[in-house]
Amino acid sequence: MQLTNRAKKLEKKPMTLAERAYLPAIFQGLSITMRHFFMKKATVRYPEEVRPFSPIFRGLHVLKRDEQGRERCTACGLCAVACPAEAITMVAGERKKGEEGLYREEKYAVSYEINMLRCIFCGLCEEACPKAAVYLQADKMAPPRFERDEFIYGKDRLVEPVSPDERSVRGIQLTPEQADTLRGKLQQA
Amino acid sequence: MLELPALGWQSIVIFVVFALSLLIATYCTYAERVIAAFLQDRVGPDRAGPYGLLQPLADAVKMFTKEEFFPGGANKALFVFGPCLAMITALMSSAVIPFGNNMSFGNNAFFLQGIEVNIGMLWIFGVVSLGVYGVMIGGWASNNKFSLLGAVRAASQNISYELAMGMALIAVLMMSGTLSLREITLQQSVAGEWQFWNIVKQPLGFIIFLVCAFAETNRTPFDLPECETELVGGYHTEYSSMKLGLYLFSEYVNIFVVSAVMSVLYFGGFNFPYQYELRDWLVSNHDWTLASAQNLITILGTVGLFAKIFAFIFFFMWVRWTLPRFRYDQLMRLGWTILIPLAVFNILLTGGLILFGVIQ
Repeated sequence: MQLTNRAKKLEKKPMTLAERAYLPAIFQGLSITMRHFFMKKATVRYPEEVRPFSPIFRGLHVLKRDEQGRERCTACGLCAVACPAEAITMVAGERKKGEEGLYREEKYAVSYEINMLRCIFCGLCEEACPKAAVYLQADKMAPPRFERDEFIYGKDRLVEPVSPDERSVRGIQLTPEQADTLRGKLQQA
Repeated sequence: MLELPALGWQSIVIFVVFALSLLIATYCTYAERVIAAFLQDRVGPDRAGPYGLLQPLADAVKMFTKEEFFPGGANKALFVFGPCLAMITALMSSAVIPFGNNMSFGNNAFFLQGIEVNIGMLWIFGVVSLGVYGVMIGGWASNNKFSLLGAVRAASQNISYELAMGMALIAVLMMSGTLSLREITLQQSVAGEWQFWNIVKQPLGFIIFLVCAFAETNRTPFDLPECETELVGGYHTEYSSMKLGLYLFSEYVNIFVVSAVMSVLYFGGFNFPYQYELRDWLVSNHDWTLASAQNLITILGTVGLFAKIFAFIFFFMWVRWTLPRFRYDQLMRLGWTILIPLAVFNILLTGGLILFGVIQ
């Protein structure tokens, strides 16, 4: 039964002497593998050598501070609403007198937790944030851990460090000069 | 100068040969993995020590610490005896291989060869064919269908290919007129006159021998005894721990030995071009004594022989990671209907060429 006209007629030709002798084909194969012997290797020796990330890679979250070192997050909860995986929970609190240097707005997040096992790293929280507080870093991934609750990242691990010496931009530690400039700005404020 | 009877030197040499075969077999496992990786665009083991050079050590520790398993219904004595026999026969055959020419220190003169026997070639053949008993006994004692099938395959394969191998060799023996490996080596380079290596006179015989060597050492494309797609692990399905290690290890020792035999028979053994010219030049132009010049070319020749052996070992691995496995009927057909007639033809050809004085 013929269904289409595309069927290709195959003829089984008898093998030539060279084909029956195996050896030419074997040498052909050997030359192919020998070419691969000298080729560039695909392996990345991971701990010593890191495959470069794309600049728009969405990795581990960070809660940013503003230029004066105050937490930007105002615990509006838009990120939690936007999150399709429901990975973000937070508790809002009111800023007390004397905490103006710590929190930018009158309302702030007392606790802010992201469950990295639920998170799908879609970046919708980043898009939803009206205060430009939460970002997905392009250079860090949530590392593997032994316990499940270690994957719930609290503010201790999410908020950017205060000290200019520990700050980094895109995973690159600030140079001492840059840190000094930042420190000057912070002191002015 | 230390004076030892000739036997004393020979025992030192044989001990060194023994240690070297083990060392080379150990590093063959490493080389196999690295070469496999390189042929597949990977880098291979590189975690244990610099460039992964301690990997064989790690493998050995792994092998030794694994559980010693005896399958129910196995014949325990034979089960242990199998891998031992495989290892013993693999190590025995390197004893007669001439690894170098003669050396002399003062009054001590000795050959870089374990034992010089005038039936060296027969010794190797005898011992190598004993090796199949190791596989056979191990496979039979396991009380496992897969093991038995693997063992039966190994036995029939080795017997079939030994025939062609022996006949390929007969052509060499017809030219040399001796079974002594040392004599065969020396005939490939005689002082004062240019002698070609046997590969030039016996290209067909060499190819037959090479193919049979792959089959004899159970290497791809003829590794049907341990064909994992059909027979789980072949004759060593039930083996674990160092008993498995011994089987795998004896395979590498066999590769080393068969590479050495091929280098000796067809590639001039420890000879290298212009060796006697080099010796005479050193003696006449640089005031070397004849003995020290001879020692130097012996050492160079030994290095050369090992270079040839390593080239063959590399070739074995290169082929393994290039070719797929033969089907069993193809294997048998190749052995009986192609290689054996070719080997007979080679004998006739050699006989004719000797008769008409083309080669000697």
